[in-house]
Amino acid sequence: MTTDTQAAPELGKARLRKEDARLVTGETMWTDNIVLPGMLHMAFVRSPYAHARITSVDVSAARSMPGVIAAFSGADFAGEQGSLPCAWPVTADIIIPHHPPMATEEVRYVGEAVAVVVARDRYEAADAAAAVDVEYEPLPAVLDMRAALAEGSAKVHEAGNKSYEWVFDQGDVIAAFRDAPVVIERNYRQQRLIPCAMEPRAVVASCDVAGEVTLWSATQIPHVLRFALSAFFGIPEHNIRVIAPDVGGGFGSKLQVTAEEVLAVLVSSKLRRPVKWTESRSEGNMTVHHGRDQWQRIRLAADRDGRLRGLAVDLLADMGAYLMLVTPGVPLLGAFMFPAIYKMDAYSFKCTGVFTTKMPTDAYRGAGRPEATFAIERIMDELAAELGMDPLAIRERNWIKHEEFPYTTIATLTYDSGNYEAATARARELFRYDELRAEQRARRESGDPVQLGIGISTFTEMCGLAPSRVLGSLSYGAGGWEHASVRMLPTGKVEVVTGSSAHGQGHETAWSQIVADKLGVPFEDVRVLHGDTQISHKGMDTYGSRSLTVGGIALAGACDKVIDKAKKVTAHILEASENDIEFSAGRLHVRGDPAQGRSIQEVALAVFAAHDLAEGMEPSLDSDHTYDPDNFSFPHGTHLCATEVDTETGRVTIRSYVAVDDVGTVVNPLIVEGQVHGGIAQGIAQALYEEAAYDEDGNLLTTTLADYLVPSAADLPHFTTDRTETPATTNPLGVKGVGEAGTIASTPAVVNAIVDALRHLGVTDVPMACTPERVWQAIQTAQNGGGA
Amino acid sequence: MASITVKVDGVAYSDEVEPRLLLVHYLREKVGKTGTPVGCDTSNCGACTVHMNGVSVKSCAVLAVQADGAEITTIEGLADGEWHPLQQAFHAEHALQCGYCTPGMIMAAADLLRTNPNPSDEEIREGLEGNLCRCTGYENIVRAVRRAAGTGATS
Repeated sequence: MTTDTQAAPELGKARLRKEDARLVTGETMWTDNIVLPGMLHMAFVRSPYAHARITSVDVSAARSMPGVIAAFSGADFAGEQGSLPCAWPVTADIIIPHHPPMATEEVRYVGEAVAVVVARDRYEAADAAAAVDVEYEPLPAVLDMRAALAEGSAKVHEAGNKSYEWVFDQGDVIAAFRDAPVVIERNYRQQRLIPCAMEPRAVVASCDVAGEVTLWSATQIPHVLRFALSAFFGIPEHNIRVIAPDVGGGFGSKLQVTAEEVLAVLVSSKLRRPVKWTESRSEGNMTVHHGRDQWQRIRLAADRDGRLRGLAVDLLADMGAYLMLVTPGVPLLGAFMFPAIYKMDAYSFKCTGVFTTKMPTDAYRGAGRPEATFAIERIMDELAAELGMDPLAIRERNWIKHEEFPYTTIATLTYDSGNYEAATARARELFRYDELRAEQRARRESGDPVQLGIGISTFTEMCGLAPSRVLGSLSYGAGGWEHASVRMLPTGKVEVVTGSSAHGQGHETAWSQIVADKLGVPFEDVRVLHGDTQISHKGMDTYGSRSLTVGGIALAGACDKVIDKAKKVTAHILEASENDIEFSAGRLHVRGDPAQGRSIQEVALAVFAAHDLAEGMEPSLDSDHTYDPDNFSFPHGTHLCATEVDTETGRVTIRSYVAVDDVGTVVNPLIVEGQVHGGIAQGIAQALYEEAAYDEDGNLLTTTLADYLVPSAADLPHFTTDRTETPATTNPLGVKGVGEAGTIASTPAVVNAIVDALRHLGVTDVPMACTPERVWQAIQTAQNGGGA
Repeated sequence: MASITVKVDGVAYSDEVEPRLLLVHYLREKVGKTGTPVGCDTSNCGACTVHMNGVSVKSCAVLAVQADGAEITTIEGLADGEWHPLQQAFHAEHALQCGYCTPGMIMAAADLLRTNPNPSDEEIREGLEGNLCRCTGYENIVRAVRRAAGTGATS
């Protein structure tokens, strides 16, 4: 084997990103940058009421304003606007209300669209929107889930306020709790969050006279959107092209089929002009789907030595006013994660989906798993306190041991691999756990007004969505495969098409690394294409930390097919048997005779010329692969957080944060670390800062970034990150998902640290977001004799 | 309408604009400088940060008429032949993911380093608190600014 063609292995290399060039210079193509000849601007008129009957919509004054081309009320779309889709009817008797993109009779949350005006520019459109006259007859707002379920509550929908009830029981829970020496019960609140991707949503729709539709959208899901526009709004699928150009973050919020996308298409089709809509931040805070919003009742039964016997979870999940794309399924992703890394005898889960007159909830980074992880990691600390054990010790007492993998949990998932011992040991060392415990004791003894707390989160999660058969068994409306194509160009360069549409994750870089390793071509010679259904005809898009674990494996599979074809061609050229051809580091040769070989680039050129191919050999190396995973991906890790809590003011300061994540084999450590950083930040934001608040009339109070506290650099600490590497056994690259891990892990680590700082004062919980006021209040309540 | 003359990234433009037109919309829609994005409507996010007469401003909080006679530098005019040290540092430290906040973050960081050429991590965090990023958790942004400071990126 000659060494001159031996490329350095790309997997594991901290390649700087190909994407950065356009992003650091401003040469980007955000949807809002798009200008088409004759393009018009849309502005929406939105409900100021949480719940009201629409008695009239008068757009005549708006229509006569300068520069206004058209104005429409919901009635103008009544015959064609259909209902926004819910792809996840989780039970047979679920209530899925009719959800018109534009309200026609009743509005059910503040911000619901009731009219749209179309004008020459965005300022004229905004002026005209203010001139639309809508009359409403207010109806009672329904804001509290528990009140919504009470007898005699006002109804969000005629069919009632309960959308569904979903149960999942494993083992004998009654027996596990009966005679259990220790039973702990807690109620936790998962506050409502607003995803706040930095790029606001934007849409450009262009419908031509032939009925062909091109939709540019700041979306995570161009392929799903194309399918939905066809399946639910009657546009023939082959006439729809959806393009997701540069997309400025998603975090699940752009995993949606939105009213504005559908209405842009309808308006463009009526006017035969391209139309654009870009939301303002305050419009977005009101009308981009929200996340979380659950009440969690969790009970844990254990033996005196700390061994877990059983777990029972009862959730109320706020759906908001309607069910959007995966609204009802989000809490159920958590159903499988409450038992987390722990062994136990029995588990029961119940979730009730509740309608309220608020913005619908849907996927937000982690989607169901952060909620579950928070509750189990919080209550594990409570159990430790009850038993007087160290919270790390009680976790170790119950977690699945490294040698026990693969392990099927009480929630019926089979975790393929993991090493909780190694990640925890490393985190403990980096954190200097014992020293901090000593300092904590000293501060308690000295009565320091600033107390120290240590928070632990030994998390796992299920991602890499998802095995199609599992999705089918959960009544989800689509599969979980991913598609990739590899095109070998005649000059030896490689074009890769992925169905996984990136919006900040660095696919162009990571996918180039995978191809460079698989095909032995230079990293620079690979170009990755995505996000346009005309280029990438097939895909399931990007969410659920699935890109690498599903899309990356599809890509590896397509590369393998290229190699198989190249072997056939080479065998013919070298007059050898195909079975004797070896491929390594980009060269094909007869086993034992590398000198006579051909590079894959030479083979690509030979195939292009096609002068001398075997009889019946197709002159192409290009290959497609669609990969459906056998199992989910189970990244894990140990996050440790030290907080300083000022007991006099309630102010919380994160003093140190250590995250040791295990995401299996790493393609690009820079990208992995970046994902962990950003994930931790979002989880800390839930713990300390963010909360979508509605007033008693159902008005969103946090419509701006002055009210909804997305943290700045000054609000976040330095993160110390490291990894252990336990390769996945369920895919050929050994990779696990990383996109949501940090968010899932960090929230309980922070809140556990706060409670740990105050536990000696009698505090057993602080509701999120743990603002100074709430922390201070919890201390006061505890000091005055009540449990906090 | 008002007449304004503005130099943007070294090129002079004369335009008739509505008095209410925001500078960021002027830059994006009249001058075609779409490298400067809009992330909010309350001057909280800083995505639209540009330099006006050498000082960073949030261009959503400035009217185009207020920029009359001014020199504006956007992210598109920052590189001088080769990338500005901050552009290089953001790339080298993986200080961006989706990249939407990046133009504003780099422009704000450039102004920070102009006034404080050798900031501590704490000063970097405080100095950039008017610029929000949802992807990176700021860890690598702090590293990038520190790295650029090390290369003397004070212009």
